[in-house]
Amino acid sequence: MTKARSARTTVAALLIVGVLLFPLYWMVNASLQPSTALLETPPRWVPLGGTLDGYQDALSGQGGALLNSTVVAVGTVLLTLAVAVPAAYALSRFSLPGGRTMLFALLLVQMIPGIVMANSLYAVMNTAGILNTYAAMILADSTLAVPFAVLILRAFMVTIPRALTEAAEVDGASPLRVLVSIVLPVSRNAVITSGLFAFLFAWADFLFAVTLNKDDAMQPVTVAIYRFIGAHTADWNGVMATGVIASVPAAVLLVVAQRYVAAGVTGGALKD
Amino acid sequence: MPSHRLRGALFLAPLALYIAVFFGYPLATNVGMSFREYTAASFYTGEAPFTGLENYARLLGDPLFAKTLANTVLFTAGSLVFQFGIGLALAVFFQRRFPLNGVLRSLLLVPWLLPLVVSGTVWRWIYDQEYGVLNQTLLGLGGAVERLTGWAPLGGEGIAWLSSTDMALASVTIANVWVGIPFNMVILYGGLQNIPRHLYEAAALDGAGPWQRFRHVTWPLLRPVTAVVLMLGLVYTLKVFDVIMVLTNGGPANASHTLTTWSYQISFTDLDFGTGAAAGNVLILIALAFALVYLRSGRTADEGGAR
Repeated sequence: MTKARSARTTVAALLIVGVLLFPLYWMVNASLQPSTALLETPPRWVPLGGTLDGYQDALSGQGGALLNSTVVAVGTVLLTLAVAVPAAYALSRFSLPGGRTMLFALLLVQMIPGIVMANSLYAVMNTAGILNTYAAMILADSTLAVPFAVLILRAFMVTIPRALTEAAEVDGASPLRVLVSIVLPVSRNAVITSGLFAFLFAWADFLFAVTLNKDDAMQPVTVAIYRFIGAHTADWNGVMATGVIASVPAAVLLVVAQRYVAAGVTGGALKD
Repeated sequence: MPSHRLRGALFLAPLALYIAVFFGYPLATNVGMSFREYTAASFYTGEAPFTGLENYARLLGDPLFAKTLANTVLFTAGSLVFQFGIGLALAVFFQRRFPLNGVLRSLLLVPWLLPLVVSGTVWRWIYDQEYGVLNQTLLGLGGAVERLTGWAPLGGEGIAWLSSTDMALASVTIANVWVGIPFNMVILYGGLQNIPRHLYEAAALDGAGPWQRFRHVTWPLLRPVTAVVLMLGLVYTLKVFDVIMVLTNGGPANASHTLTTWSYQISFTDLDFGTGAAAGNVLILIALAFALVYLRSGRTADEGGAR
């Protein structure tokens, strides 16, 4: 392929990406313009002479919601890893009876529609008396992340050479010791990937938050945005600024963990 | 080494307990609720009289059932066809070698990583009848046509993307297609990368053109991946909730309700949790039927997570 031709292909690719990412550009564009400017014809294609008022509004008005989202997402990461790491270790290192059944169950539960989970978790959490708490949202969000994390972690841990762990076992290391000092350090990347995705699943959750929590003071940013556009459709500037802020974790994920993301998409082929 | 295994089992115990408590028990509760008259009051009084199949009868007898089922089929089929078609075209395109290929490909993933509520909100702004960029652009073009020919294609009015019963379902489907393209592209791209290059070279030597190479090499060898993508897309699309809620709330006049959003409405707006549970169980049956077809089609639990 000649240089000129591959340059032309790059131009075509840039155009394609430009069209597909236009909605994102349009969000950023609106987040930087005064609300009155957004109600003009023709629209302002670039945010020249823009304003950061939207971001100020978002941070002052939705700061609590952003904090709630962070608490729930971090809680979900911790719970998910606490359950998934030992389980993946067990499934990859010990040939346990029922191990295959467990893997099959993990694939299957990911296919359960979220609304069914919400409906039934509502009843269960009502009985447990934990509706309208962070715990309710963290526990519910972890149902999105745990199956995914076990599968990703196990798939990675299976590839760790047995010789590595057996040597330690011969030296008298306990299984816990083997997990902590050998398997975990080697699996660092897989742990980061599953943790990042757990964060993202919880951060993006809307369904569980809108069903299991009725307390405005606890609502995460997704619900805050939803209520906001229901109430004031005119203030697109503030809504879009909140949207941009709510997208930051995704952007960070893409930059920090770029090489894991593609693996996550395919590995999490069974994500929601 | 039984004691070795026993210690292994201890590591698995939290997950087993977790699955039982957070999947098993709620699902059993859901099935139980679907056979009872379960209202908001039931949560306080604990009284929920057993009514057998009454909830299911009410559900299937509701004229909205046929409508939301039809909507679900249209929404799912429309989403799958276009997500897959566009995703495949992009995957084929990105097989070429050119500068910035990797960077651009990962940029295309952004819509997939964004919270769906955010994507939905952006589309709501794009679709806005008066000030949305879509109508502004269409009206601008329409105005130009009118000046040139005297014929006004839109009659000077914007399209009611979200507030007309004719357009709402199509509009939410378009937004959902946009969300799903990256997922389709990435998996299909991976599948294409696994097709050995020499097969294309051999086909080219035999005089096969680009279309023939696609038709006779790419398409047949990509079939297993195609099956995976479509099946996952289907299970995923059946669940879509956020996008529809943010764009239309299922309206106007239920025009864009799917089984998922409708079952939310029955439970959490009408507070008829029993019938909502029944609707959820219908949805689960549909999803599980397809899930089993998928799981039996060769991908076993062994490969799960790895691809």
